[in-house]
Amino acid sequence: MNIFFQSELFVNLSYILASILFIFGLKMLSSPETAQRGNLISALGMLLAIIVTLMSNSIISYQWLSIALIAGALVGASAASFVKMTTMPELVALFNGFGGIASLLVGSAEFLNITSSLSSIALTAVFLTVLIGGVTFSGSLLAFGKLSEIIDGKPFQYIGQRVVLGTFVIFAFIMGIEIVADSGLLGISRFYLLISLIFFALVLGILLTAPIGGADMPVIIALLNSYSGVAAAAAGFVINNNVLIVAGSLVGASGLILTNIMCKAMNRSLMNVLFGGFGAVSSSGANTSGEIQGEVKPINTSDAYLILEAANSVLFVPGYGMAVSQAQHSVRELGELLEENGCEVNYGIHPVAGRMPGHMNVLLAEANVSYDLLVEPDDVNPIMDTVDVCVVIGANDVVNPDARENEGSPIYGMPVIEVDRAKTVFILKRSMASGFAGIDNPLFLKENSRMLFGDAKESISTLVSEFKS
Amino acid sequence: MDSLFILLLFVLILAIFLGFELINKVPSTLHTPLMSGANAISGITIVGAILSSGSESVVLTTILGTGAVFFATINVVGGYLVTNRMLGMFKKK
Repeated sequence: MNIFFQSELFVNLSYILASILFIFGLKMLSSPETAQRGNLISALGMLLAIIVTLMSNSIISYQWLSIALIAGALVGASAASFVKMTTMPELVALFNGFGGIASLLVGSAEFLNITSSLSSIALTAVFLTVLIGGVTFSGSLLAFGKLSEIIDGKPFQYIGQRVVLGTFVIFAFIMGIEIVADSGLLGISRFYLLISLIFFALVLGILLTAPIGGADMPVIIALLNSYSGVAAAAAGFVINNNVLIVAGSLVGASGLILTNIMCKAMNRSLMNVLFGGFGAVSSSGANTSGEIQGEVKPINTSDAYLILEAANSVLFVPGYGMAVSQAQHSVRELGELLEENGCEVNYGIHPVAGRMPGHMNVLLAEANVSYDLLVEPDDVNPIMDTVDVCVVIGANDVVNPDARENEGSPIYGMPVIEVDRAKTVFILKRSMASGFAGIDNPLFLKENSRMLFGDAKESISTLVSEFKS
Repeated sequence: MDSLFILLLFVLILAIFLGFELINKVPSTLHTPLMSGANAISGITIVGAILSSGSESVVLTTILGTGAVFFATINVVGGYLVTNRMLGMFKKK
């Protein structure tokens, strides 16, 4: 093989090119027109980085390497191709976890490699890689379990949460200090030192994710996404590799931005989401204002049809309930029939609707809804008075008027879609149970609200057939 | 102080700022694809994994490295493919 292609210069130039491709790819991912090409460009960067690394002359044996590469590619490709769009949050969480464990293993492999002598900086990086990689791994797996409902999705909270978490953080840092200092004071070998660190990291990931449930999931998913990048960047410091640092930091930063967007959409700080968990605590005492009066007014599909038929503008507001009942295709069909009927149809999407950032957008895209019909709360709220009918499909907290009107409400101040200002509001709901946050929703009792009880998909399908007949 | 470390730290700081600038204004429509696309990029740790797995210095390093290659490959291949599949559905009529 040509010596140049194995030279350090060539390898590093290729890594620079790969970094440039990642940067362009990410940039293009932030606009719908260019997103798909952006993803391909970023994939090209990854391919380049992998190929040059494989050609490196420090690789002696390809036997196990190629088996792992092929097996991983097969597993990844089949998971990506066969998964249903509704299970996307789980899959993203799972892939994220795999990234975390990969970084953890890289850090461990370098640490246990007696032929390489690591500087104290590299050892610090090993500690951070293993710690963050481990937290990412166990946290993502738990998130996967919760999202796929293998584990109860409710927030798991207990007294002294912070104390327990803090204790494990201290344990992990003691291991970290000993890994770097190697003083022998703890009397355990490098191997067991590492094992203990991995154990503490895994427990920390679980402790961090367990108290978070349901509607707060988008925040933790975005945060774990950020961690997987930070772990990769830390691994870059272990093996002194620029491309890991660049790519890892880009992911870390983008994950943090998403986390911040999600927190803002709920008017809560990250600390409050991670440790506050109002989902479990405040289910009582929310209805303290005493002002909520009125009665629930049910409506049947025939009457709903007559109102929709006469409407000039309709806004669909989907929530997690739409994902649960898989109603997105019926919704799109109803939307198209309404448009044919001369009605203006839009979809109001709250940033935290669903279980991951952008969850509703993916479902509606799968159902072939044009993305320019999807509007954000800031765009739709100013023109809400002109909307004839709002159809709320399995959303609850993101349309709760208490967020604006009731200062005593736990969600007071959260930006919501102000559906109650529309002329008529249909609320598709299975029963009168409250939303994830366990807060009463006075929207159901408003003068202009009509409850359409039953499975969302069935109700919408019935409306569709009414339109067709 | 290690000059290589300073250089790497420099790269780290600049890349973080670049990341914040790059993704500052993302429409919420693209939140999921951005997340899964970024997640695929975080699979870059595969580079480190390949080097550990193929170096054949210590058996334990090879084993851990091979495991890392396996998981990182799932992350990379699956992440890019699923992002591509998702973005293929985003259409404007």
